[in-house]
This record gives sequence, C-alpha cells and structure tokens, in this order.
Amino acid sequence: MDAQLASIVGAPRLRLPGAWKTGILIVALVLAMPVLVVFSFVFDPAGDVWRHLYQTVLANYVVNSLILMLGVAIGTLTLGVSAAWITTNYRFPLRSTLEWALLLPMAMPAFIIAYTYTGVLDYAGPVQMLLRDVTGWSYGDYWFPQIRSLGGAICMLSLVLYPYVYLLARMAFLQQPGAATDISRSLGCGRWCSFFRVSLPSARPAILAGLSLVLMETLADYGTVQYFGVDTFTTGIFRTWFGLGDAAAASQLAAMLMVFVFVLILAEQHSRRHARYYQPGQRTAPAEPQRLSGSRAWLAFAVCLFPLLFGFVLPALQLGWWAWVSGANGIDSGFFALVGNTMLLAAAAALLALVIALFLAYGRRQRGDVGVNFSVRLAGMGYAVPGTVIAVGVMLPLAWFDNQLDSWMREHFDISTGLLMSGTLFALMFAYMVRFLAVSLQTVEAGLGRIRPSMDEAARSMGYAPAAVLRKIHIPILRTSLLTAVLLVFVDVMKELPATLILRPFNFNTLAVRAYELASDERLMDASAAALTIVLVGILPVILLSRSIGRAQ
Amino acid sequence: MKIRLTLMALSLMLIAGASAAAEVNVYSARKEALIKPLLTQFTETTGIKVNLVTGKADALLQRLQSEGANTPADLFITTDAGRLWRAREAGVLQAVQSDTLNDIVPVSYRDPEGYWYGLSLRARTLMYVTDKVDASELSDYESLADPKWKGRICIRSSSNIYNQSLVASMIAANGEEATEAWARGLVANLGKSPTGGDRDQIKAAAVGVCDVAVANTYYFGKMEKSSDSVQRESAAKMKVFWPNRSGRGTHVNVSGIGVTSAASHRDEAIRLIEFLLTDEAQSWYANVNYEYPVKEGVAWGETVTAWGVFKADQIDMAELGRNNAAAVRLMDRAGWR
Repeated sequence: MDAQLASIVGAPRLRLPGAWKTGILIVALVLAMPVLVVFSFVFDPAGDVWRHLYQTVLANYVVNSLILMLGVAIGTLTLGVSAAWITTNYRFPLRSTLEWALLLPMAMPAFIIAYTYTGVLDYAGPVQMLLRDVTGWSYGDYWFPQIRSLGGAICMLSLVLYPYVYLLARMAFLQQPGAATDISRSLGCGRWCSFFRVSLPSARPAILAGLSLVLMETLADYGTVQYFGVDTFTTGIFRTWFGLGDAAAASQLAAMLMVFVFVLILAEQHSRRHARYYQPGQRTAPAEPQRLSGSRAWLAFAVCLFPLLFGFVLPALQLGWWAWVSGANGIDSGFFALVGNTMLLAAAAALLALVIALFLAYGRRQRGDVGVNFSVRLAGMGYAVPGTVIAVGVMLPLAWFDNQLDSWMREHFDISTGLLMSGTLFALMFAYMVRFLAVSLQTVEAGLGRIRPSMDEAARSMGYAPAAVLRKIHIPILRTSLLTAVLLVFVDVMKELPATLILRPFNFNTLAVRAYELASDERLMDASAAALTIVLVGILPVILLSRSIGRAQ
Repeated sequence: MKIRLTLMALSLMLIAGASAAAEVNVYSARKEALIKPLLTQFTETTGIKVNLVTGKADALLQRLQSEGANTPADLFITTDAGRLWRAREAGVLQAVQSDTLNDIVPVSYRDPEGYWYGLSLRARTLMYVTDKVDASELSDYESLADPKWKGRICIRSSSNIYNQSLVASMIAANGEEATEAWARGLVANLGKSPTGGDRDQIKAAAVGVCDVAVANTYYFGKMEKSSDSVQRESAAKMKVFWPNRSGRGTHVNVSGIGVTSAASHRDEAIRLIEFLLTDEAQSWYANVNYEYPVKEGVAWGETVTAWGVFKADQIDMAELGRNNAAAVRLMDRAGWR
C-alpha cells in the first residue's frame, strides 16, 4: 500500500547505473556457477539408475525429506516465536540473560549436538545404563525413544536452528511500535489476541525469512541425517554419486532438491505479494513489557529456558565432561593453529559476504527489474545445497580454468602456472560465498526493507547527495542488520564441514574438521575438545549480536 | 608499508619454500590421527617434508580427477581397495615398477601392475556375545541369513564402504542372485536398524540389542584398549569369530596407497611408500591401530595376536571395486538401508 502510494506521489526512483547492473549480473552468475555446473550433469543420460531408485529408495528420500522439513519447521517456529514473544513482551526473572543466551545454540554444529545426544541417550549411553541398573531390566524390557531416528533428527535440527527464527522474530517484535498493540488492546483485544492478530502478522516476513533459512539448512544437512541413518535427498545424492557411481543421477537428485527450495521461496514470496511491511516513519517506543510474577513468571522462564537448556547447556556440559575425562586429549601444539585458522576464515568470509550482499541488495532496491531480481535470487541459491555438492561445483570450474590457463601459458610463454586457485584458500572462500551468501543477503534485505523508499526521496529532495543519504539514514537504521549478517555468516562458516574438508589446502585444518575426523571414527571423547572450542568461539559473536540488538531498541 | 613488506617477505618465503627442500604431497582418506604420526617419523628420518590433506576418499578422488595433470598430489591413500580400483580406473594413478615393493607386499594385496600397494589389512569379522552364543553356532557370513538369527544380528548401514566391499566379495563368491537372497535374509534378522558405526554395533550387542555384530577387528581392539570403561566392558563381553574358515576365508580389505599419474615428486613418493612398509611402520599399524600389517613376519602385538590366526579371503581386490555398484543396488533392493 505504502509503496504504491509512494510511487504515485513520490519522485521516480533512482535509475540503476548500467555498470552496477552488469556487476550484479556477473556476481550472481559467478556465485551461481557451482550449482549450475552440478546441474549441467542433469542432461547426461543416467542409464537405468533412475528406475532402480524409483523402485527402491526414492520414495523414502522424498517422504523423509518432507517430514524432516515439516517437523523442523514446527519445532523451530514453536521454540523461536514463543521465546521471542515472551522475552520482548514480559518481564520475569533472568529475562535479560535469557534474551541473549537463547541465541547460543546457534554456535552448536548440528552434527556435534547429534553426536552428543547419541552418546548420552543411545543403548550403551549413561541414561539407559542407569535405567537398567536401577530397575534391573535388560534391553527390550522397556520402551525408550530411539535417538537415531527421523524424530531424533527433527529434534536435533530444531534445537540448533530455532535461533534463526528467534533472532529475526525478536527483531521484528522489538521494532513493532507499542502503539499498534495499544490500539488493538484499546479495541478490546487481549494480549494473546493482539499477538495473533497484530504482532504475528506484521512480524510474518521476518519470521518467514528466518524459517526459510532454517529449511534451507535442513535440506542441506548431511552430518546429522547420515549419523542418524535417516535417508533423505542429501544422503541419497551421495549414495547415488559414490556408491552407485552415477554422477548424472546424483545431480538430477540435487536438481529435485532445488525444486523443493524454489517452491519454498516462491510460496514465501507469493504469501506476501501484495503486502509491504514498512514501519511508520516516526519511531515509536515498543510496548512496555508486562511484569509477570508467581507461577506465570516461572512459566515464562521455563518456556525460554527449555530450548537453551537442551540446545546448548546440556550438550555443552556433556562435551566439557568428555573433554575433562579424556584429559583434554587432542589439545596439542597444533590446536591453537586450528583455532586461529577457523576464526580467520570465518571472519574473512563474513566480511566478504557482507560486501557482496550490500552490493546486490542495494542494486535490487534501487531498481529491481526482473533480470536483477532473478540474478539476486540465483546468487543466494547455494544455501540449500549440501556443502559437498557445492564443493564439487567449485572444484570443477576452478580446476578447469587453472588447467586451461596453464596449458595456454605453457604454449605461448613456456611458463607453467600450475593450479592458481584450486586447492587454495581462495577456492574455499568462494565456496563459502556460494553457500552462505543467502544468510547475509536475507539479513541485509530484511534491514533495507524497513527503510521506506520515501525516506530516500525525502532526503534527496532536501538536497542530500546519495552518499549523505547512506550515511545519515541508512547506516544508522541498518547497523543491527549488518552486524547480524556478519555474525551469522561467521558462526556458519565456523561450523562448516563438508566444503572445508574437500577444498582446503595442504596442512590446513579447522576445528570442525578435527572434531569430525575424530567423531566419525567413533572417538567422541577425543573429539570433544575441538567441538567444545567451536561452541566457545561461537559464543562471542552471539553475545555481541545480542547486545547490539538489545541496544538498537 | 608494513603490510606490503610482510607480503613481500611472505611471497619470497613461498617461492623459496617451493623450490627448496624435498617434499611430497599426500591426499589421504586415512584420517590425520591415523597417518600423521608415521608421516612425521618419515620426515624426521629422511628430511623430506610431507604435506597432507585428509578427507573422504570419494571427494579426494574427485579432486584428483578435476585437478588433472596439474594436481600437486603425489600420493593417494585410501582405507579400502574399492576406491583404489576406482582411482586406477579414473586414470589418476601411475604404475610403479619396484621390486622392493613387490617383494614386501603379497601379490593379493597390491595391484598386479603396481598402480597401488596395500599398507595394512582390515578384517571384517563376526563378534559374538559369549554369554548368549556358542562359537559352534557360527560358521560363515552366509549363515547369518538363517532364520535362527532373527533379531540377533547388528551391522551398520549399507552406505558404508566396508559393507559394500563385503557384499562385493560375496557377489564374487556366490553370484548376485544368491547374495541378494542372503541380504534379504540378513535384513530380516537385524536386531536394530543399521545405524551407527562399527563400534556402535559392538556396544549394542554388548548391552543386549543383538547377539552377533559384524565389524572390523581394529575397532574391537580400540574398544579393548579404550580409556572409556563402557567400551572396555562392552568388548570384554564379546569374542572375535573368524568366519568361512572352511571355505574362502574371512573378508579382508586393504588400506592402500598409489602414486598419482601427475606426481612431480615421484621419487620421494616411492620413498614414502617404502617407509610405510618398513618393519617399524608396519608394526605401528598393528600396535597402535590394531590393523594387520601387510608385510609378513612383522609381529602383531599382544592385542591383535589374542584374536588368533585366520584364513583370509584371497579374492582379487579389483573385484571389490568392480562389484561395488552392483552391491549397492542389491542392498537397496534388499531394503538394507
């Protein structure tokens, strides 16, 4: 509504300079290349593998992936939205601590929380052991939830992914003017009613943006489902590729996975096709939180504590215990190099992703014609693609280019350039951009979405140069979003495993690689030092993030 | 300015580093902890620097293929013969004609033309709960499909390469049809869904989920010597059984190594292979990782010796690679997830 009005009365929007537009198209194309390379196999004939898949395992892949997505969606929405609503609208003991601590599970890689819970809850874990010791039962005499199952995978992923929903929902709730809820309440709507009829609908774009990140992560997950023995698209792609030795069929499976993602994105865009969610021009104070006491305060506390406890505190304690018992095995001289490598990579990737995201998002905002819109979407596609697939998609074109250049140089100058990009940190960084740009982009775009175009126009009409508009209006409003974008990618890269594993240079390891190598060898205890360090390093940005959001209100 | 100087110094160091001391580059599917100690020893003895990237075999193979003639890797290490066969088929390995190596490694554990050499052996055996099963009830892999084992067998997923190789060896021995029937019978006998690793199967058997676990022996060895009491106690309840003694023998896989076709440090690469086949290195495999040395006459160490001697299946290792896809399809059809 607002935008339509603006475009009728306001000045025409700025034209996007041609060079910028070309730049966007190039960046988008380069970032989409790995995914496109993998898809180029789609047209290779896949032999009779498809018939085999169809007759045996395909239905399983589809059904399991769908159930997993649905389950994780319900799980993360329940945990994330309720926690965000309660922490922004009520006062209760320890609220200000919970407010930031609720983000901590984000620092926990999904495969590590899966290892941890399995270690505790499996047949031979301490819980069932104790149960058997106390009751005298033996295995089979009692019912116990099977952690390695589809349900287990849903729980694990929900516990570590809900912070995306929480984070974005909370930002949206905080930025909602208290006036809106006040009005709804003066119209006879109770707190819950105004939650469902005012707050939730107006926070919907933020919540859906969070949810789409969650679902893309879920689709791309390999570590957890593989460990739990749940057959999904991702595990199917690997089995088809390496087990059956059919790259064409594997990439066709990957293409099917992407169709899932596109449907998701389209559905999300369709659901808000007519709506624009700008905030009113004047900043109004958010609603004053209501003070809770007695059992209601405890209830609010418990609801917020639950995801934190199970998504972070318990698994971190377990990791700490293992690290202690194993005598911090694995903290050798190389360990600090691992920490350094991990942090440097994550920081570099996070900043680079921010720069690219800003470039794309501004271009799209200035003039989002169909071509630009499509390119920006294309560039963010990689988030739902499993890391291994992206790694292969990065490896093939880079090595091809390196080899072409090498032979050309040899021919003309008798110089061998060897592999310039393959097997370097550049290749790794490229893969991170392909994989995680969406996170940065989503966050930046969500931030930009709150700046009404009429604000630019007003400022411009007052004679501000574009740079001044940027400095005086955009940067202050965007600050939180920019920081969020950096920190989210930082944490994501720190946890990243498959692409790092395949593309990294010689003698270069990260914490996630170390943790994985030991854990996949069923040495959970030895892996715990590295795993715990990932979590601890991840806490810092999470706290920073949370503080800055707190300040922004 | 400072930054620029540092950069210059760095690039000079890089150039100097590249041209100076001898080195060898390794892509290894053996995990860092299971290869690095030997590589460090190699560097200490020879002065040759070893650069290492570890990863999953298939991914490293893909990397070798796409890097092609310019790959920096001189050596490719895997944990199974199937992938070595695949690497040879993909044309990323070269033949090494070395009498030294051929004398050390028995012909059944190397490529006949020298494309790859086995470094250590990994036996996939049955482990039974001594309270519940008498050794006389067990005989061979084939009999695990017998209905008397209903709900009593633990084995990991068919996505695992060791199971794929085992089934590939059975296809070679009994044909595809018989093996598929066997796999169906096995799936019907499983005590739990095939999740987790080999140690998980042993642990599950020890707590009573099933009576017989199929696993590689070195996992059992690591559990026996684990610092974790649960693992030690689990292992203590079980015994290793060597199947198919009266027939073709126990299924054995190799962890092996091959020189890449693009190797620019070929001599150093061969020296490293020779080093990994010295008595000292070979006994490390047996004493630290509880694998079987590929070299005859190297002492096994106490833990490994305690499991007894066995007859190994002398199948042509290339069959494991050749039958891999057929094995995966067969397991898909049998519902072995």
